[in-house]
Amino acid sequence: MDFKLPKEHLLAKKMFKDFAENEVKPIAAEIDEEERFPTETVEKLKKYGFMGIPMPKEYGGEGADTLAYVLSVEELAKVCLTTTTIYTAHTSLCSHPIYKYGTDEQKQKYLVPLCKGEKLGAFGLTEPSAGTDAAMQKTTAVKKGDHYVLNGSKIFITNSGHADVYIIIAMTDRSKGTKGCSAFIVESDFPGFTVGKKEKKMGIKGSSACELIFKNCIVPEENLLGKEGKGFKIAMQTLDVGRIGIAAQALGLAEGALEETVNYVNERKQFGRSIYKFQNTQFELADMRTKIEAAQLLVYKVARLKDDNLPYTTNAAMAKLYCSELASDVTRRCLQLFGGYGYTREYPIERMMRDAKITEIYEGTSEVQKMVIASSLK
Amino acid sequence: MNIVVCVKQVPDTTEVKLDPKTNTLIRKGVPSIINPDDKSGIESALRLKEKVGGEVTLLSMGPPQAEVALREGLAMGADKAILLSDRAFGGADTWATSSTLAAALKKLDYDVIIAGRQAIDGDTAQVGPQIAEHLEIPQVSYAEEINVEEGKVVVKRQFEDRYHIVEVNTPCLITSLSELAEPRYMSVKGTFDAYREKDVKVWGLDEIEDTVDKMNLGLKGSPTRVKKSFTKQAKGAGELLDDVTAEEAVEAIVTKLREKHII
Repeated sequence: MDFKLPKEHLLAKKMFKDFAENEVKPIAAEIDEEERFPTETVEKLKKYGFMGIPMPKEYGGEGADTLAYVLSVEELAKVCLTTTTIYTAHTSLCSHPIYKYGTDEQKQKYLVPLCKGEKLGAFGLTEPSAGTDAAMQKTTAVKKGDHYVLNGSKIFITNSGHADVYIIIAMTDRSKGTKGCSAFIVESDFPGFTVGKKEKKMGIKGSSACELIFKNCIVPEENLLGKEGKGFKIAMQTLDVGRIGIAAQALGLAEGALEETVNYVNERKQFGRSIYKFQNTQFELADMRTKIEAAQLLVYKVARLKDDNLPYTTNAAMAKLYCSELASDVTRRCLQLFGGYGYTREYPIERMMRDAKITEIYEGTSEVQKMVIASSLK
Repeated sequence: MNIVVCVKQVPDTTEVKLDPKTNTLIRKGVPSIINPDDKSGIESALRLKEKVGGEVTLLSMGPPQAEVALREGLAMGADKAILLSDRAFGGADTWATSSTLAAALKKLDYDVIIAGRQAIDGDTAQVGPQIAEHLEIPQVSYAEEINVEEGKVVVKRQFEDRYHIVEVNTPCLITSLSELAEPRYMSVKGTFDAYREKDVKVWGLDEIEDTVDKMNLGLKGSPTRVKKSFTKQAKGAGELLDDVTAEEAVEAIVTKLREKHII
């Protein structure tokens, strides 16, 4: 059992950290304040190879692995959760299913530009009445000649309005329930596809979450991903991968919050000494640091399981559950240590606390993770 | 164009601490980085390569752990790396260091050698120029810009209040400033390729024995002796004269300069 990161991962981690500190951190508060999609950061992510980290070189990826991907998400999440939301949705939820289920033609046409960052990806499963109960899909896809006609809508779709390629889940045969779901690769300019209302969110404000509207949207039959009827399975497997990324986001966010807090409590003086000197502060920091260590082990382990082609569904759910709840807990406790200043936008901790909450919700709520974990105990 | 960049791994601090007993740097607990001037040197080498083609080789002398600095350079895009590491090279001053690096360079095919102006831990700015002397090639120091025009290397050289534009034939050596070029990040692919596809060759004394006089190597080959080292004391707060006319100010300054026998 080896707890050391391999040398190449250590070097990559250094690069991720340098990039996060110099390119992402300086505008993190600004994009939150302005609720602005950071196009300039996405360009830089593309330039340095973030958009295809775990994908093979033959498809334009970086030829690294899930562990490297997780490290990149962790380092960037320390300074800006918005940024990681954009590129984990792109990588885990769009590139991954095309890599896993796509035909060679689909990979050449979509995966290559996605990995190179020439195109941005998104994933549409959630609907107004199909959230945790994802099987209640109302969007339909009807085969007509050499194409499908999609009708319906999706909500809360990350990267919507900015993405070029969307993986869309729709019902091809309602009578079969989840086995009547299919997955499609939809381009942003397909006729009948529009992006609707943008949600105003509590956190990750720089990322977009809009409604997608399909009104007699024409999707060529060659854009069916996998086989007809396999859409639900593809979606669930995609979310398994996605959860590893969200766990890494939450882990990074907790670490980032703790780093900010350690700096603050050493500087901030009350009662004539730095507040670090108070036992309450020390116990808080010690407890949070210990839990972060445990969270990191869960995340790195699930990444390794995936890289070793071992089953990881339950581990992904456990990592996501633990890390996201920890991120919310740690950011809240860190803000408390900051006191009044923490509640102001002068410090990043209030943003971190707002951002943390989403990790307990998207790509499966904590309750869904518990359902997944419990199902492995039957 | 074949470019060799000389790279030094240095402690990541401008506050280098000295061991008062041994007069050597305390490296323990201080993370190591590529010397900033050298990192810019790597960047400008990569830019030259992108313009005119060729190969970028990194050359470093140091302990085995200096390999990490070379891997980082490879991850930025350099093609090859050589680490000169041998107990025989240890304890070298600038003379022994430049002798060792020059011995290795004699084995390499190069058009341009780029060395950082100076290292943040030693601040001597001697190794680059000494290498050029050992190799008997022209050198241009303090380069802010390097270009290739009609087969010649044209260097914009920083010089007090002006620039020199120097044209130089190859092979030549250029010492670079960190202002020369903002170093690029490693790429993700680069970090993995640096370990999986590229190689850091380690050369010891055996590899350069025939191109160097052993009397010029390591501690024995170092004429420099550290007589004493000490931490600089902070200067006093100085004397502030405000509320004086220009004439009084001139008078006060001249008086002070006379007192100190400066004028």
